[in-house]
Amino acid sequence: MARISYREALNAALREELDRDERVFIMGEEVGYFGGAFKVTDGLLAVYGEKRVRDTPISELTIVGAGVGAAMGGLKPVVELMTINFGLLAMDQIVNHAAKIHYMFGGKATVPIVIRAPQGGGHQLGAQHSQSLEAYFLHCPGLRVVIPATPADAKGLLKTAIRQTDPVIFLEHESLYGVKGEVPEDNDFLVPFGQAAVLREGKDVTIVAYSKCVYDALSAAEALENAGIDAEVIDLRTLNPLDIQTVVASIKKTGKAIVAYEGWRTGGAGAEIASRIYEAAFDDLDAPVERVASLDTPMPYNAKLEHAVLPSAGDIVKVAEQMM
Amino acid sequence: MALERDKHTAQRALLTLHEAQLLELYRRMVLIRQFEEKTAEMYARGKITGFCHLYAGEEAVAVGAIYALYDKDYVVSTYREHGHCLAKGADPKVVMAELFGKVTGISKGRGGSMHLFDQDLRFMGGYAIVGGGLPIATGLGLSVQYNEGPEVVCCFFGDGALPQGAFHESLNMASLWKLPVVFVCENNFYGMGTLVQNAICQEELYRFAQPYKMPGVRVDGMDVLEVYGATMEAVARAREGDGPSLIEAVTYRFRGHSMSDPVEYRSKREERIWQERDPIKNLRRKLTVERHVAEGRLGEIEAEVARQIDDAVKFADESPEPSVEELGKGVYAGS
Repeated sequence: MARISYREALNAALREELDRDERVFIMGEEVGYFGGAFKVTDGLLAVYGEKRVRDTPISELTIVGAGVGAAMGGLKPVVELMTINFGLLAMDQIVNHAAKIHYMFGGKATVPIVIRAPQGGGHQLGAQHSQSLEAYFLHCPGLRVVIPATPADAKGLLKTAIRQTDPVIFLEHESLYGVKGEVPEDNDFLVPFGQAAVLREGKDVTIVAYSKCVYDALSAAEALENAGIDAEVIDLRTLNPLDIQTVVASIKKTGKAIVAYEGWRTGGAGAEIASRIYEAAFDDLDAPVERVASLDTPMPYNAKLEHAVLPSAGDIVKVAEQMM
Repeated sequence: MALERDKHTAQRALLTLHEAQLLELYRRMVLIRQFEEKTAEMYARGKITGFCHLYAGEEAVAVGAIYALYDKDYVVSTYREHGHCLAKGADPKVVMAELFGKVTGISKGRGGSMHLFDQDLRFMGGYAIVGGGLPIATGLGLSVQYNEGPEVVCCFFGDGALPQGAFHESLNMASLWKLPVVFVCENNFYGMGTLVQNAICQEELYRFAQPYKMPGVRVDGMDVLEVYGATMEAVARAREGDGPSLIEAVTYRFRGHSMSDPVEYRSKREERIWQERDPIKNLRRKLTVERHVAEGRLGEIEAEVARQIDDAVKFADESPEPSVEELGKGVYAGS
């Protein structure tokens, strides 16, 4: 184990997989000489060279499309989109191509591409740089959606993503890069897709979260403890595949569920998770499933306004208390 | 304009290719034509449904370009791809079965007319988003370069793809990295029903090569030998590691954009002029007049292809449909 940051954990995963498999290469804007806009690929160019750490022009559609083609040609591209906001320019290649190719060509083609992208708000970057868009990808069959919260999961899930054969949308939260945690140093440390983690056990309410909201959920659980409410916190870790069993098992115990996520409230991943809960555990619920999410507005620049838009630990606490 | 050099290249090909090679070019074009005519017939009979875009009239482009490739070279195509797929060597049976939506189809009945694919033939797919294939071809070129392989990627697209960002991004990236890609633009003058000059500021499409620092050439897409000659040059350049090229093949689709298009945007006179330039008649004339090939030999090829097409229809018709129980499988690899 080593105590390293989320950023360093991702960097370690990339190094290990570059070492392990000659077919793995990194491609994206500023991944090489700049070291990545968020420094995730820092130092890799010097070790692996331009062939395997490739700076690209600002052409998101073709960065992803070339990754799709390279994957079909037998390589294992790890494409970095500077942020998910820019990834919208690549939606045609992600949704119409990467997600479809295996199925529509009768299972004869595979597209083992990993598309990494930072996302999320909280840094006063305004409406076009603060979005959390996991629901767009969760909606589309054929894509895996991976969204780690902890440094260990960032490493283990990225390694799993690189080693498997489906297109993966790997979403990192911009606020988490500096977060430190214990991370296994084992080269074969993998975190499987579709296994949620119970981070805190409790008996009164289940808080289902992913990405940065996992930390908000943990803070909320601490605050609730002082108020005599015992919250269980679940980190989904991957949205596709979605481990609803772990969530349902928890609700059987608590009878109440809050879904906390940073995407917009309307049509967000929380709506899907709430529906799955109703389908699988309606009889176990003592109250309607609650959502704590971003307000349905473009992100304002002003710090006070941005704070009001984003979900927080305080919001979770308030909702939990109302549910009791 | 078709450059003098390309007329010479075509003439040289006519004089230097073996008769068997010329007959193979003829056979492939006849195969595509007859396949498309039969497809139209089967569409009218309700055996084929959905969107269906026929390639009749444009055969010289697919056949000429693909004949300049080795089997290991990649082809990336569009939704008007029956011709490219057949020219790359696909069995008409499995292509027809795909159009019929049968489980024996080349994409197991999941793709349809617009989504043919065969990894073994290195036919890397028909893509139905205009311009969608270009980034993928660029990436295949990247994989070849990465592996220091000898292959070349031949990417077909229509004039309609030129105003797409994917075209410009892909040409820039392919040229920047000197990727082994031959971009073949099939200029049939209409993006669906919109004339090229109503969609693109520069209607001499090969000129888009110049800003991307690659060779660009306009060839007569109704002359299989001219397309073949130009592609040979582009392929040689790509294989040498000198990067991509753009070929604009000026051609004409004899039918509408798709089966549902009544073709009201172009004149009968225009259609007649182009039918006079039929690429199959064009090669037939050259073979009989300049290479003294007997009419009977060409007739034999046509009859042989007709039997093959009949077999393909029979195979498609008698094949089973995919099972509904299996439809959820294969959304993810290994599932």
